[in-house]
Amino acid sequence: MKIALLGNPNTGKTSVFNILTGLRQQVGNFPGVTVDRKVGKLKIDEQDCELIDFPGTYSIYPRSKDEAVVYDCLSNPDNDSYPDVVAVVVDKANLERNLLFFTQVYDLQLPTVMILNMTDLAQRQEIQYDVEGLKALFPEAIIVESNARIKSGKSRIEQAIVNATERKGHAFLENASLSEMEDLASQEKETESRFSKIRRQLSDIQVVTKKETTRSEKLDKILVHPIFGYAIFAAILMVIFQFIYAFSSIPMDLIDTAFASLSEWTSSVMPEGVFTDLVTQGIIPGIGGVVIFIPQIALLFFFIGILEETGYLARVVFIMDRIMRPLGLNGKSVVPLMSSVACAIPGVMAARTISDWKERMITIMVAPLMSCSARIPVYTLLIAIVIPEETVGGIFGLQGLVLFGLYALGTISALLVAWVLKVIIKTKEKGFLLLEMPSYKSPRWGNVGMTVLEKVRIFVWDAGRVILAISIILWVLATYGPSERRENAIAYAKETAQIENLSPEETNELIASAKLESSYIGYMGKAIEPVIEPLGYDWKIGISLITSFAAREVFVGSMATIYSVEDDGESNQTLIQKMKAAKRRDGTPVYTLAAGASLMVFFAFAMQCMSTLAIVKRETRSWKWPLIQVGYMGILAYLGAWITFILLS
Amino acid sequence: MNSSAQVLFLCLVINSLDSIPNGTTVLVKNVKASDLKVKLLEMGFSEGKQLRVLYRAPLGDPMAIDIGGYVLSLRNVEAAQVEVEIIENLQE
Repeated sequence: MKIALLGNPNTGKTSVFNILTGLRQQVGNFPGVTVDRKVGKLKIDEQDCELIDFPGTYSIYPRSKDEAVVYDCLSNPDNDSYPDVVAVVVDKANLERNLLFFTQVYDLQLPTVMILNMTDLAQRQEIQYDVEGLKALFPEAIIVESNARIKSGKSRIEQAIVNATERKGHAFLENASLSEMEDLASQEKETESRFSKIRRQLSDIQVVTKKETTRSEKLDKILVHPIFGYAIFAAILMVIFQFIYAFSSIPMDLIDTAFASLSEWTSSVMPEGVFTDLVTQGIIPGIGGVVIFIPQIALLFFFIGILEETGYLARVVFIMDRIMRPLGLNGKSVVPLMSSVACAIPGVMAARTISDWKERMITIMVAPLMSCSARIPVYTLLIAIVIPEETVGGIFGLQGLVLFGLYALGTISALLVAWVLKVIIKTKEKGFLLLEMPSYKSPRWGNVGMTVLEKVRIFVWDAGRVILAISIILWVLATYGPSERRENAIAYAKETAQIENLSPEETNELIASAKLESSYIGYMGKAIEPVIEPLGYDWKIGISLITSFAAREVFVGSMATIYSVEDDGESNQTLIQKMKAAKRRDGTPVYTLAAGASLMVFFAFAMQCMSTLAIVKRETRSWKWPLIQVGYMGILAYLGAWITFILLS
Repeated sequence: MNSSAQVLFLCLVINSLDSIPNGTTVLVKNVKASDLKVKLLEMGFSEGKQLRVLYRAPLGDPMAIDIGGYVLSLRNVEAAQVEVEIIENLQE
């Protein structure tokens, strides 16, 4: 049996879904659109049921492409998600507006359940109803009361669902048929007649004894204040980033070590050979490369979940909307872009809340330009090599200023590209706000937890497969090469080590360097040298640029391998010395200020992250957008780096 | 013009919602015809509905209103579609 769970936003629909299904949730998508289709499995009286969570809407008539799934599924009996029973969550505190959607659904003549949910606001307002009077209005619907917050009403809702019966044709609005999606005139007429009937009937049913909006209003005075509003938002962001930087590194290091030892252990128990190499050097590190993102994603969505649950997020949208609008973004773009400063993956996923298609695409397209934490190791390495330790104006360290400049470069270019995309992308939809500002409440931790779980699951299952595939391809390219030349290179490295009387560690590092150089990636790095030479790079940088497509920070490890030094993951002192000493064939240093700065600019712009690529593919449901992204960011990176190199040399 | 005369003056004119100062209670007179009209109707703007303008974002846009017990934020261009009549101005 298929049950559609419907309702206005902010009615506690998510809470109802969570108490009914618990952890038995799966996320798929509605065909053809980018909307998540959350399905929960439950058993009621030995009957297998599928509860489908539809996006929250104010009306059956959609205001965006995404909301159209409600109309499409309910109006078409051949649709995969066409329900046997509809359950509509209705907020007691706002019966009038909620009833518009309910009566629209009721008049579809599907077996209908009304879940009259007690929200915090309804409780504080001490709203009272004549439930019998409500039942008289909708004689063919089963009406149950719930309080999803304290998890009450679960069995009542379940019983109502199995008891919902075939309809006999009673309609709230007589002679009303579902209008066409484009027919705005009849939709207006229908909406007006529904509301006027609802208002007439409701005056007898609803008794509001206490008006209580003052608490939220008082808080709003501070939280949307011209000065305090922004200051508080900035402070909240600071706290969130502090937490992410302070606490995500601990589990990330653990994951790193765990996968390294798993690789080691596996290679020790499995027989030597190509297959073992594939498992221990390709697959296990590949999976590790997916898992390593979980702490950041989980932490970020934990905080976003809290902001959303408390109602604060709507205020952020409110104070940022006017500022973002000229750029083709809207207030809802702020959180995704800010999240991208930690990591673009949760940033792109957080863009889900933007209902306007164009604004969401623009947000997703520019999010990876924000300077993410994976760029930090690259920046710090390059800054240490080419930027002198000086102070400017007596207070500011030059190195710190350059790092700040790179962050500013990322942010400014993200906003500029957004503006350009706004001009380029054409759409029929006209963006609008009309956003409900929910009253403040303390977060429901269950909902926050479910959000975190869901996002992590989407990332691991949907994006993880693509990431794993690309990382195995990269591993093959970095491990194998034209065999004869490869053996020669390795033999030469061993000979050199013997002649120079190197220690076993140094010998191994030299061999690793020779192996990478003679691999397919090594040859690719050399092949692209003419292309990257105008930017001031040599083939060694070329190799690292290719390997760092896996993730930006891989650049540092690749450089360490090529210069045959150990990657200690921390200060990289020996690597810095070797790179500083690196010379071109004509004897001039490789890492001049111009080349180093050019490389930093390249990393600021280039889409060097297959995981972001994979999640953009997941969120846009096509390869088109991620490929455009790789293309435009690549062009930006090349031109930016080229101009930087010319200006500084 | 003193303040009470101003209120009296305002009472006689139909204004669009985006021009209404904070703290003012108004009655909806009409929602102008546009593609947005049905969405505005769905959010509760209908003739005779009582609204109160609560506050505005720092740059004066968007604005927040109390509409039948819940708070709605909308941009000035959206509010301009709604014609209202002032019935009470608490800040005077």
